[in-house]
Formats: sequence, structure tokens, C-alpha cells
Amino acid sequence: MLIAFIQRAVVQGIPLLFGSTGEIITEKSGNLNLGIPGIMYVGGICGVIGSFLYERSLPGLDAMNPFLAVLIPLLCCMAGSLLVGLIYGFLTITLRANQNVTGLALTTFGVGFGNFFGGSLIKLVQSDMPSIALTATSNCFRTKLPFADSLGWFGQVFLSYSFLAYTAIILALAASFVLNRTRVGLQLRAVGESPTTADAAGINVNTYKYAATCIGSVVAGLGGLYYVMDYANGVWSNDGFGDRGWLAIALVIFAVWKPNMSILGSILFGGLFIVHNYIPNLSVGTQELFKMLPYVVTILVLLVVSMRKKRESQPPASLGLSYFREER
Amino acid sequence: MSKKTTNVREPLFHIVKRGSMVWWRSWLVRLLAVLAALVVCALITVGLTGENPLGVYVTMFDGAFGTKRRIWGMLQNVAMLLCVALAVTPAFKMKFWNIGAEGQVLIGGLATAACMILFGDKVPTVALFAMMIVASIVGGALWAVIPAYFRAKWNTNETLFTLMMNYIAIQLVSYFTYLWSVPKGSGQIGVINGTTKAGWLPALFGHPYLLNILIVVALTILMYIYLNYTKHGYEIEVVGESENTARYIGVNIKKVIIRTMIISGGLCGISGLLLVSGTDHTLTRDLAAGRGFTAIMVSWLAKFNPFYMVLTSFLIVFLQKGAVEISTIYSLNASFADILTGIIIFFIIGSEFFVNYSIKFRETKKEAAKSC
Repeated sequence: MLIAFIQRAVVQGIPLLFGSTGEIITEKSGNLNLGIPGIMYVGGICGVIGSFLYERSLPGLDAMNPFLAVLIPLLCCMAGSLLVGLIYGFLTITLRANQNVTGLALTTFGVGFGNFFGGSLIKLVQSDMPSIALTATSNCFRTKLPFADSLGWFGQVFLSYSFLAYTAIILALAASFVLNRTRVGLQLRAVGESPTTADAAGINVNTYKYAATCIGSVVAGLGGLYYVMDYANGVWSNDGFGDRGWLAIALVIFAVWKPNMSILGSILFGGLFIVHNYIPNLSVGTQELFKMLPYVVTILVLLVVSMRKKRESQPPASLGLSYFREER
Repeated sequence: MSKKTTNVREPLFHIVKRGSMVWWRSWLVRLLAVLAALVVCALITVGLTGENPLGVYVTMFDGAFGTKRRIWGMLQNVAMLLCVALAVTPAFKMKFWNIGAEGQVLIGGLATAACMILFGDKVPTVALFAMMIVASIVGGALWAVIPAYFRAKWNTNETLFTLMMNYIAIQLVSYFTYLWSVPKGSGQIGVINGTTKAGWLPALFGHPYLLNILIVVALTILMYIYLNYTKHGYEIEVVGESENTARYIGVNIKKVIIRTMIISGGLCGISGLLLVSGTDHTLTRDLAAGRGFTAIMVSWLAKFNPFYMVLTSFLIVFLQKGAVEISTIYSLNASFADILTGIIIFFIIGSEFFVNYSIKFRETKKEAAKSC
């Protein structure tokens, strides 16, 4: 029971981890990208389109090359989320548009994009259900370590996930390392804290902002892909991804802008997200109340962080502001 | 100058901030942006449907204005979007990023529905309406004042706080829809007081939405006056432009933040009231239908001017209605509307750059020599 709960919590948490790692990288450069929910939709649907076209191009599912079956959706997903990330970057960095408005517009666009192409594909295959199933591709994505089952509870809790889940954790650790231990990370944080100072120190502010936004979008987009291919067993249904994108943004605050913290946070959030299924004798209505938990916890963290005023746990100082060199 | 000492390459162009632009030129830029966006949207639509682009726009027009019923529906939608946009405007003018309008509207709607369900047939109509109005305003204001208080006192990030409050509101509404569901356990409230029509906004001259629209018109005018001709409006503007200046001239910033957010949340509450009591006559978790987020774009695109907001909300609702019509006629997916809206907003957001900044190209050697 407990092991199953932890497993489900991790699987729930991984999309959030991708999203929040991406958003942390972006926010560290001073860009508050509220388009993350949209980007995750785009990432998911681009992966679906890629694998759909690949599955269709084959004479039969037996001819599927597992390597290509993973690689094609992965590349499509990354390309798609990179493109929307570039839209956001171009508008907010080059054209210095308001980040909140751009982000919200991007979310509208991305969710619409996902649902539109999802709906069109569903219509194309003329299935009875309002969803498309890419089970064969999903099976390739869900390949597990061969010896996971033979190790008892240890194997189930730690080793029973697919490669994308471990990628998420490695990415978060890598992001944490780069941000805190390398010159590039230091300069990136400098850009987010005070672009004027960074600029004066000879750091190319725009390059850093663009790089952070694009890398962040690609990482977040992978969360959408993981959700479809792994969590949902390759079934895309419209609006299936739900509000997880916003939850990923909440997780950024919860992790106080530290990617390694967000690994634990994502599992906790995943757990909070499904805990109502594991408490016996809950009415449907009360379950809805339980679904509030991740958000309530986030607010509490936000409050505590702002009250303690610890320097290390504050948002980047210029978060949400565009930088224009000639402005004082 | 005899010898060239520096060898620095001057970039091809650089960007300068404009002082100000004549109003008609800035609107011309925006108009061009909308036109460019429409062309792009037409190209995409043609690519997907294979129809000629004019036909597409005729269809859109038909979707928005085709029948009397559609016109009323359109006006009603414009009014509701405008109402939420009016609500978020004072906060934005103060640079308080209230993206929690969605939740504030929901709580206002929840309060209204609670009054209608619990007291619908127990108190006289006037008292019921009074209760609904008070409850919805208090509910919305409460949802807004919590983040505002923490922002004023501890400088808590309001964008993230208000965003989280949305989801708490959504889950609360979900809880109550199960609690009050008819029949029990179905998770849907259905039409509230369908037979007695207690707590329904009355239909003026036989038009069910007319009262809604008139209320929003009145609110638009009031908001314009409030922002431009009152001391409060002035204080909001000063706090928004520069908190230091505000402190220097003796404005109590905390008080202004909290007061403005009470007004903002209260107005959102009224939107909730109009949606529940004047439009849907029911409560669902999708009551606000993304208006809280769209309203931010409406308000921002209109440069926080209530009268321009009429235009921008009209534009967005027109697009949505038109795109829905396109998607039904050409059997596309209804989410098509969101894509079009997104593209058009990208263009308008992008066009602001050309209003605020100008691009200066590198002067050629000859010109540079002349100007020396």
C-alpha cells in the first residue's frame, strides 16, 4: 500500500519536476514565464504528433524500431517547446513586452494548440473514444530496468521508473549544480538579480535570458511528453494534462528556486495530489477539498519565505521585469 | 581628426526609447498589428480548411453577428469580460499583478449561489438581492485582500499568491457543487431555483441580458471617473509609477494596496454575481471560464483605459465567437479559437514595442561626417 502510494506519487511528481526545473532555470534569468502550462501542452502534443506519424509510416507495429520510437517523439517535443519558448523570448527579451501578459497569452495559445491538434488527430483516426492511444510507442518509453522487480520494495520504490523519470532527476541535479557551482550559473543568477550590474560586468544579458528561457521551455516541454507517454500510457485526451502546469509553477516557490529541492517537492506534491485516493471513507466532495492541499502548502511556503526574509530563499530580484540598457 | 584611435564596430542598429507618440500614430501601429495578425490567422485557417480567406472572415462575422440571438450573446460575453477587466485594472495600474481574478470571480459566484440556494424561498426578494450583492462583494474582496495584506506587510510575491488562490477557490467550488448537487451525488447543481426564479436578475424589456449589460456600462463609466478624477485614482497611479515617489509625497502605500485590492476583488465578486444570477443561473467550477486571465490581456492591451477596454474585450470576444463558428462549420476543433486569440495577442503585445521604442539604424560614414 505504502509502496504503491510512493510509486504513484513519484509518477505524478515527475511532470511537475520537469516543469519546475524548466521554470527555475527561466526565472533565475529574471523571466517569469507564466506560459509553462501552455509549453507543457505543446511539448506533449508535439511528441504525440511525432510518434503518431512514425507509427503510421510503418507497415506494421512489429517493424517499430524502439530507438527511433523514442527518439522521434523526443526530438519533436523538444523542437516544439523550443519554438514556443522562442516566441516568449522574442516578445519579452527583444521586444521587452510585459512578461505576465505574454506568459498568459502563451498559455492560452499552448493549451489551445495542444487540444486543437489532439482533437484533430482523434478525428483523423476516427476512434470511438475521445482520445488517441499510442500504446506501442508508450511501451518503448516505459521500458524499465530489467532487474527492478527482483529487488523487492527497494526496486519498486527506487528503480521501477522509466528512463524519462531518471532524466528528470538528473536534469534537476544538473541544473542545481550549474546554477550554484559554475561560472555560467553565477552569471545567470547575476542577470536575474540585477541585469544592470551584470551588463556593467560585461555579461551579455540578452544571450543569457534567451538561453535560460529556451532551455527552460525544452525541459518543461519534456514534462508534457512524460505525462502522455508514461503516466497516461500513450493516451492523449484533450485537457487531460489539466492544471499540472500551474502546479509546476507552484512547485518553484515551494522549492525556493532550488532545483534539487524540487525533486523532493515534486514527489511530495505528487503525493498530495493523489492522497485523497488513499484515505478511506472520503466522500467525493471532501476529496475535492483534499485536492487543495498542494496549493495551500505552496501559499504557506510563500508566506514563510517572505516573512523570514532570508536572502538565499528570495525570488530573483528582477523577476518579471524586462531589461533595457538605456533605462535607469 | 587625423588618426582613427578606436576600432569599435558600431552595431547595425540600436534601440532608443521614444519620448511619446502622437495618439493616432500609436493606434495606427496597433491597428497594423491586428491586421497583420488577421492575415497570419487567415493563412493558418486557409491552410487547415482550404477555404478562401474572405469566406473565413465572413463565417467569423456570421458567428458573431449572424442572428439577433448571437448579437445578444456576444454583447453579454463582452459585458462579462469587460466587467472582470474593469475589476483587475486598478490593481494593475498600481503594478499589483493580480492574476487571481479567476478565483475572486468564483468566490463571488459561490457566495451568490449560496444565498440563492439557502435563502431562495425564505426571504423576500429585496432582502435576497441585498444579501447576494453584499455576500458576493465581501467574498471577492476577501479573496483579494488576503494576498494584498501579505504583499503590503511582508512584500510577499502577489503574482504567485493570487495564482494559488485561484485553485483553492476552484476546489472550494467543486466541494460545494458536490454538497449542493441536485440530484444528490451527481456533482452538478443544475439550474438554481428554476421554478421560483428567486434571486434571478430580472429581464428588462424581455431581454434577459440587458440588465447585466447596463450594470457593466455603469461600472465602466464609474471606473473611468474613479481612475482619472479622484484622489484614490491619483494615489494608485503614483504608487504604480514609483513607490518611492509615493512614499515621499506621503501616500500610505500599504493602505492604498489593500484598499485597491478590496475594490478589485469586490468588482470581481460582482462579476461572479452577474454570471451566476444574471447568466448561468447555476454554479460550476468553470464559471469564470478563463475570463480572469483573458481580462488581464484586455486591460493591458487597452492601456488601463476603461473605454478602450470596451474595444479590446469586443475584439477578443468577437475572435472567440468567430473561431467557434469556423470550427463548427469546417468541423475543426473548438480549441481553434484559443490558437487564434493567442496569435492575435502575440502580435498586439509585440506591436507595443514599436510604440515605445524606435530603431535607429547605423549612420553611414558620409552622414556621420556631415553631422560632425
